[in-house]
Amino acid sequence: MLHLILFLFFGAICVAGAVNLLVQSHPINSALSLIAVMASLAAEYLLLGAEFVAAVQVIVYAGAIMVLFVITIMLLNAGAEERSKGSRVAILLGIPGVVIGGVLVAWTLLNRSNMQAVPIGALKGDPRDIARLLFHDFLLPFEVTSVLILIAIMGAVVLASRPQAVARGPRKDEG
Amino acid sequence: MVPLSYYLLLSGILFVCGVLGFLIKRNIITIFMSIELMLNGVNLSFVAFAAHWHALSGQVFVFFVMVVAAAEAAVGLAIIIAVYRTRETLNVDRVNLLKL
Amino acid sequence: MTPNPYLWLVGHLWLVPLLPLAGAAINGFFGRRSSKIAISTIALVFCGSAFLMALGLAAGSSSASAPYYCDFAHWIRSGSFQVDFSFYLDQLSLVMLLVVTGVGFLIHIYSVGYMWDDDGYYRFMSYMNLFMFFMLTLVLAKDYLVMFIGWEGVGLASYLLIGYWFTKDSAAAAGKKAFIVNRIGDFGFLIALFLMIKHFGSLDFTQVFAAVQTLSPETGGAGPLTAIGLLLMVGAAGKSAQIPLYVWLPDAMEGPTPVSALIHAATMVTAGVYMVARSSVIFERAPMAMMVIAIIGTLTALFAATIGIAQTDIKKVLAYSTISQLGYMFMACGVGAFSAGIFHLMTHAFFKGLLFLAAGSVIHGIGGEQDMRKMGGLRLYMPWTFLTMGIATLAIAGIPPFAGFWSKDEILWKAFGASWVYWLIGVVTAFITSFYMFRLMYMTFGGEYRGTVVQEAHGHDAHGHGQGHGHGEPHESPWVMLGPLVILAVLSVVGGFLGYRNWFEHFLAPVFQGPAMKVVEETSREAADSTLEHLLMFVSVSVAGLGWLLAYLLYSRRPQLPARIAASLGGLYRAVANKYYIDELYAVLFVKPVVDGSTTILWHGVDQEVIDATVNNSASAARHVSDTVRHMQSGNLRSYAGWVAAGGAVVIAYMVWMGVR
Repeated sequence: MLHLILFLFFGAICVAGAVNLLVQSHPINSALSLIAVMASLAAEYLLLGAEFVAAVQVIVYAGAIMVLFVITIMLLNAGAEERSKGSRVAILLGIPGVVIGGVLVAWTLLNRSNMQAVPIGALKGDPRDIARLLFHDFLLPFEVTSVLILIAIMGAVVLASRPQAVARGPRKDEG
Repeated sequence: MVPLSYYLLLSGILFVCGVLGFLIKRNIITIFMSIELMLNGVNLSFVAFAAHWHALSGQVFVFFVMVVAAAEAAVGLAIIIAVYRTRETLNVDRVNLLKL
Repeated sequence: MTPNPYLWLVGHLWLVPLLPLAGAAINGFFGRRSSKIAISTIALVFCGSAFLMALGLAAGSSSASAPYYCDFAHWIRSGSFQVDFSFYLDQLSLVMLLVVTGVGFLIHIYSVGYMWDDDGYYRFMSYMNLFMFFMLTLVLAKDYLVMFIGWEGVGLASYLLIGYWFTKDSAAAAGKKAFIVNRIGDFGFLIALFLMIKHFGSLDFTQVFAAVQTLSPETGGAGPLTAIGLLLMVGAAGKSAQIPLYVWLPDAMEGPTPVSALIHAATMVTAGVYMVARSSVIFERAPMAMMVIAIIGTLTALFAATIGIAQTDIKKVLAYSTISQLGYMFMACGVGAFSAGIFHLMTHAFFKGLLFLAAGSVIHGIGGEQDMRKMGGLRLYMPWTFLTMGIATLAIAGIPPFAGFWSKDEILWKAFGASWVYWLIGVVTAFITSFYMFRLMYMTFGGEYRGTVVQEAHGHDAHGHGQGHGHGEPHESPWVMLGPLVILAVLSVVGGFLGYRNWFEHFLAPVFQGPAMKVVEETSREAADSTLEHLLMFVSVSVAGLGWLLAYLLYSRRPQLPARIAASLGGLYRAVANKYYIDELYAVLFVKPVVDGSTTILWHGVDQEVIDATVNNSASAARHVSDTVRHMQSGNLRSYAGWVAAGGAVVIAYMVWMGVR
């Protein structure tokens, strides 16, 4: 019972945050509501027993990535969104498409009667167990993702740097 | 005791909101945040299924999703900065030089 | 001792056609840079060696052991149908072989002199040898399909040689006309071949004839043998210039005179007669087809002769004369006298070849002029030409004891045995023949010279004559040209004696087995009918003499008369002089509809509207599709997202549907 109440509470925050992201016109408001969504998602993880994942969610996602977003908004001095014509296709095709897709998925899910209930704290995600899995079974993906981060860092630095005038040396074959 | 389908429904709602945000919003940064929202919804369904089937690898996979999301956010924001420098606007409808 | 070399000759029968082919290949590939002496040597050696082989085969032949086969190579093996490159030597092919190689060799020698100054000399010699190859394949073939190779090949050689001076429009057009009209005949020939395959399962002479002999004669006039016979006649009409496919032969005079002599007098045009004679077994069992052949031959003989009396070009007169004489040969075959037809074929090769070569000598001697109205008095300048041409004229007119008398009379006698109508038309034609031939002689050689000589190489036989001689008057030809004339003249005198006491007929009897029986009967009948035969002989000789007399009166004694007669006859004369406007009729009836239909239907309709349109429309369809699809690439991020979302919805829907099913 408690499980259900907690679930619904945090779920409501999630949905409210998501809707608010859509509704707000200033990006900083959207960013803050996204942080709220992530925080409540961390609580949901805890309800499912994934304590390490919840911690990482708060530290990395809400703490680092969203901070990056906020810094960028500050850097670019993004203001409230202006109205622009946009694309008809997006409205006409996209929204019905995604709505239909969502409805279908929801309908499928709700029709399933053999979905068991998940008890609170169902799968305890010990750091020790996760580490064991991470460094034994998933060692290769782990290493690959570390290389991926390295590449992302380098790419971000290059892309965001101010373009310098490239100094050219004197040409030898021209007078 | 919450049925699994509730978790999945929540995940789906978050995902749909993310797609809607992508379609509706005009500010590039907001669009990026909708992408992050989609990824979060997916993470939730991963963890939910991991709990349902007692497979810890579901939670491990969430790590990888987060790592990739971090990398993608870094690079994407760098691109946004570069685009802002040249086009002086964050409105995605103005960035249409590839129009045929 | 003697059997061995003879058997070697027979075993290597395939050498006879292939030697000229080798000569043609050598001259064709290497002749451009060779000296004229080398080219002439190659051509004469390879042609002459074929002639020597023919002589050897003739010398050693004995009727008892004929026919001989020589298998050269396999060709078609398709189930039960089989065609091989095999050659066949019996009395009939031996006669044709001697005529083709002998007269051909003489004409080759003549061409050395006649075409010496021409630029494409090597090409001419190569084509002549090529023609010999195909003609020899035709006469020596053991199979209708191999004969057809030769048949088509001589058509090709004819086209190449008629259009030899291809830079002249009229010559190129004449070559094309000859080939196309031939083709129409070949179509009939081909269908006859197909019918033979269908009914007899083979095209080999021995197999076909053996199968035919088991069949009974189709007196009702309908049946496979009649169909085959009529279709073979269509082919022969094309090749041998009978009604209605004769129109190419007068135009073929655009070619050099040796070509006219060899191909359009002595050998190629006789291929049709040979083919009909070879297929005698089939024709004897199809009396309706034989009657058609006889009628066509007779009518053609008369028709062509009437045109000949109004022609002014010396070669055209001879061309129509050839058509007329071929008509005689077909008349003979049509009434069953195949050996008489072949006999006339042989003598005709002698005197008509001689006539053409002598005409070439005349043309050569007066610098290229061919219009008889501008000739005259040439007997003083060209005595040898005059003498030999005179002998040939006597032969063709049927004056005894020259060759033409024997063969033509044989035909008329046999025709009389079938129906007096054939005989009467034949006699009238003989009168007209004699008339126009002596007209030719008087106009060319009699009286005074009416032309201006050495008109500088304009007109028909433009072979650069002017540079070489530059005399101010007509002159005799060199001996390289006169030699063959003399030899042919001798043959025109003595060639007919082969018919003495029906020796020729008996020689060919084993080939025409049907008439062999008739010959036996006839020898007994002839003794009784010899008075009738002598009477008919007297009639035909006197008719020939009357023709001579008329020509003498009109062209020697009173030369102004012909013009007045022509003027008084008015339209009739013009019709005859214009060949009864048959060419114009064909142009309107056949040529114009085909060309117009081809332009409208095939070119505009099929080529432009269907084929080009398909290509163009598929290209423009691709462009329209891409124009439409292009709008997806808007450069707008949100529209891309919209498309993705829509596509994703489709995929989800599909998966849900699959899961639900």
